[in-house]
Amino acid sequence: MDLRFLDETPNDAEREAVDSVLGPPESGWDGGTRLDTDLRYARGGHTARDRRDLLLPALHAINDRVGWISRGALDHVCRRLTIPPAEAYAVASFYAMFALQERPRRVVHLCTDIACAAKGSGPLRDRLAERAGPPGGHDGDVTWHESPCLGMCERAPAALAIEAGTRPRYAVAAPATPEALDTLATASPDPAANGHANGHAAGPSANGHGPGPADRDHPAAPTTFDGAPLPGTDPEPDPADAVPDAGSSDHVLLRRIGRVDPLSLDDYRAEGGYSALREALRMGPAGVLREVSDSGLVGRGGAAFPTGRKWQATASQPDRPHYLVCNADESEPGTFKDRVIMEGDPFSLIEAMTIAGYAIGARTGYLYIRGEYPRALRHLENAITVARERDLLGDDVLGSGFSFDIEIRRGAGAYICGEETAIFGSIEGERGEPRTKPPFPVEKGLFGKPTAVNNVETLVNVLPILLMGGPAYAAVGTEGSTGPKLFCLSGGVRRPGLYELPFGATLRDLIEAAGGMPEGRSIQAVLLGGAAGAFVRGDELDIPLTFEGARAAGTTLGSGVVLVLDDTADLVATLVRVAAFFRDESCGQCVPCRVGTVRQEESLLRISRGGDAASEVALLREVGQAMRDASICGLGQTAWNAVESAVDRLGLFGPAPGEPAGKQTS
Amino acid sequence: MTVPVHLAPPKRLIDATIDGEEVRVPEGTTVLDACSASGTEIPTLCYGDTLAPRNACRVCVVEVEGARTLAPACSRKLEPGMSVNTDSERVRHSRKLVLELLGSSVDLSTTPKVPEWMDRYEAEPDRFGPRAEPAPLGERDARRAGEHEAGDGTVAATVEQPPKIDNDLYVRDYSKCIMCYKCVDACGDQWQNSFAIGVAGRGFDARISTEHDAPLTDSACVYCGNCIEVCPTGALSFATEFDMRQAGTWDEEAQTETTTICTYCGVGCNLTLHVQENEIVKVTSPHDNPVTHGNLCIKGRFGFQHVQRRGEGAGKGAEKGPL
Repeated sequence: MDLRFLDETPNDAEREAVDSVLGPPESGWDGGTRLDTDLRYARGGHTARDRRDLLLPALHAINDRVGWISRGALDHVCRRLTIPPAEAYAVASFYAMFALQERPRRVVHLCTDIACAAKGSGPLRDRLAERAGPPGGHDGDVTWHESPCLGMCERAPAALAIEAGTRPRYAVAAPATPEALDTLATASPDPAANGHANGHAAGPSANGHGPGPADRDHPAAPTTFDGAPLPGTDPEPDPADAVPDAGSSDHVLLRRIGRVDPLSLDDYRAEGGYSALREALRMGPAGVLREVSDSGLVGRGGAAFPTGRKWQATASQPDRPHYLVCNADESEPGTFKDRVIMEGDPFSLIEAMTIAGYAIGARTGYLYIRGEYPRALRHLENAITVARERDLLGDDVLGSGFSFDIEIRRGAGAYICGEETAIFGSIEGERGEPRTKPPFPVEKGLFGKPTAVNNVETLVNVLPILLMGGPAYAAVGTEGSTGPKLFCLSGGVRRPGLYELPFGATLRDLIEAAGGMPEGRSIQAVLLGGAAGAFVRGDELDIPLTFEGARAAGTTLGSGVVLVLDDTADLVATLVRVAAFFRDESCGQCVPCRVGTVRQEESLLRISRGGDAASEVALLREVGQAMRDASICGLGQTAWNAVESAVDRLGLFGPAPGEPAGKQTS
Repeated sequence: MTVPVHLAPPKRLIDATIDGEEVRVPEGTTVLDACSASGTEIPTLCYGDTLAPRNACRVCVVEVEGARTLAPACSRKLEPGMSVNTDSERVRHSRKLVLELLGSSVDLSTTPKVPEWMDRYEAEPDRFGPRAEPAPLGERDARRAGEHEAGDGTVAATVEQPPKIDNDLYVRDYSKCIMCYKCVDACGDQWQNSFAIGVAGRGFDARISTEHDAPLTDSACVYCGNCIEVCPTGALSFATEFDMRQAGTWDEEAQTETTTICTYCGVGCNLTLHVQENEIVKVTSPHDNPVTHGNLCIKGRFGFQHVQRRGEGAGKGAEKGPL
């Protein structure tokens, strides 16, 4: 490929950051020193292009080191990886966390999504705008943005600050007090962090090529982010604080949360860790597939596809290699279950991925984690390094002859990358655009090869399945929904947090487990399944939280979001925020979603400013139907769900509650 | 026209139903191919006869019996026993909305067939409200992914902005861009392998862009014009066409098309010269040419000016006098 560049050179920091992921350049051809011998051969071709999947890690390394991606830095990455600059620019500009114009090293992300808005993120945003200027400012030491859900809904409102440097650092304020936010947004960046004496650049494990030098603050493993929070800010609370009844003997999936040190493999093993993998290796891949099929486990990411069938279909493909992708791009507003697992019990996910890889015949698993989860990333990086050291990953796992390793890929602020085919593009170094199905991932997935994509919660369910046996697991829950289920409870209840209940409990049971509503507050509506889910009324608490129960009630469990809006919540404002979310997160590929989400937002804005609701609802319904019918992927297809349920179920713009769908008139 | 010889093994024939009619087609045939063969017209915008289907515009959606969502006819392959409806209520609704959504956000004034389809599907793009003011040049290119200014809903957002004129040969008028991806594919690995442009940004702010929105003259563009050849809306056009349209002198009715062979090298690419008032105003190439599939290089596409410099060169030579 004959590439043309803008001929701008990277500075030393940018060069160092890229080299930390790709290794030093070999010659003048890929951005190193030009030697006479370079003229005697040409480098490139497939060898260079085959590393295209390192584009995203390389962009992260620059962004982590300098805070933004300059022309020179992007050019350098393109030379190193033989990528046309226009394509690399197309990829970099796809993600919200990357900047292509110079900006301050510290970026504060203030969550203004539905759960945080219900807990008062609005006044915080106004205060921030007053003190730090409009969002996205390029002057000063700090810039800030309004963020979609940060996955810290149990302690809303939340803010996350990330500061670029030799070793990037972060801090979390949740619940964010005005004072904490002031500290995040006004403190000057730590000058020492931009020097060269403070350790190494982006973690070597970012590219999955093994452990680097010992870490300063944690001897076990090098990690991308420094463990200590930004100077002047409070440390993050323990991951177990997200689980109000942590330590309960009824827990299966959450049983280790709060009981083990998430960084300690010994702790994990002492609590039964890695016994499921031993069991799997004993029964063989076919045995694992049988148990998982017998268990009746279905995907917990939202689509509820039978896991056993997905694995069986992947395992039986003659094309090789097979890949496993763990979808940890948890971005559905209101969802934080995967974060709690990854932060509080990271080894369980590593063990479960190893078992999945064994069952489907994969040697490599990609763990795609959203970019807004620095602590989860840190804990997983540690877990993978430690597991490798103890022969639990790598060649010949536990002496069984089975080889499996895990590479972490970090997202960079794009909800759509959690779509099961968009995640492939993102990992491959392309834009995170969903692909048309068929062909399905089990046939042509990551790098065009058979791939099983599973959500974090789905995977960790495999551990109890192997330990209990498939049929015993299937006896938990109901006939149509087997096993335990995690629910992300947020909003107006007394004790928001992550709850584990066997399938079969009702919405009321769950809300009561969370202590019910505070004195004097009543439930106006409950959003089930997140932004892509649907509202139910406060008087519909007898809906059983099972897949079949939710379906029978005309709603969905989705990813397990239960967001309770009390009588003080502004529902129209909530709908406007949902619409803004879909507009922002649409990849832009297909017309119904790209333009439909814009028209949906405009219409809701008109209603919120006193427009004629009846005619707007008619328009919304038409746009919504086209998005649902004609969009390429689930994002567009579900972009109108919440609005539709607010119209038809809550009767927000006219008809009395309880009136059947399709009969709205004014 | 010669026809390429197919060396692949014969394909199995499958039976399916389209609009209640039984069809028997070779395996791998798309719904669109089958419909074209049987004379059922399906509107298409992003589909390119020389490119892999992108199924981005969704104006060609059809209803496959038993499927939860509609399917793009351009890429969905017929399967044995499949029953397809190309004109159901759902299909008509989605096509109407796609036309309305595009019509309300993009300038479709030079997109062929759109008025006819708008009429057929009773599309009213104006019902989303008055159009927003066009953005100043460069504003859309600077937008950050995942963020937008919400406005108040009184105007309908559009992609309109002034045209980009940064070279003598062609103009990029992205007010007319429907994001069909065809120019990107033609510039990239499907034909030209120049990779001068990509889709940058995301969502409604997605746009066709060079790296950092650099002018074409700084990009990898080789001015083959194959992107103009595949552009379905006139967003990409010859500078000659753009100027004549601005001046109000562009008159397709008065143009003749003559297909001839390019004289520059020995490949023998076919050129179709579009001539108005004895001047070549643009050059296209037949897509069914088995060698070039409608692709040309800068010389074939734009190197026609010498033909019409009648007298200029001769005059200069005459002034110099004989050797």
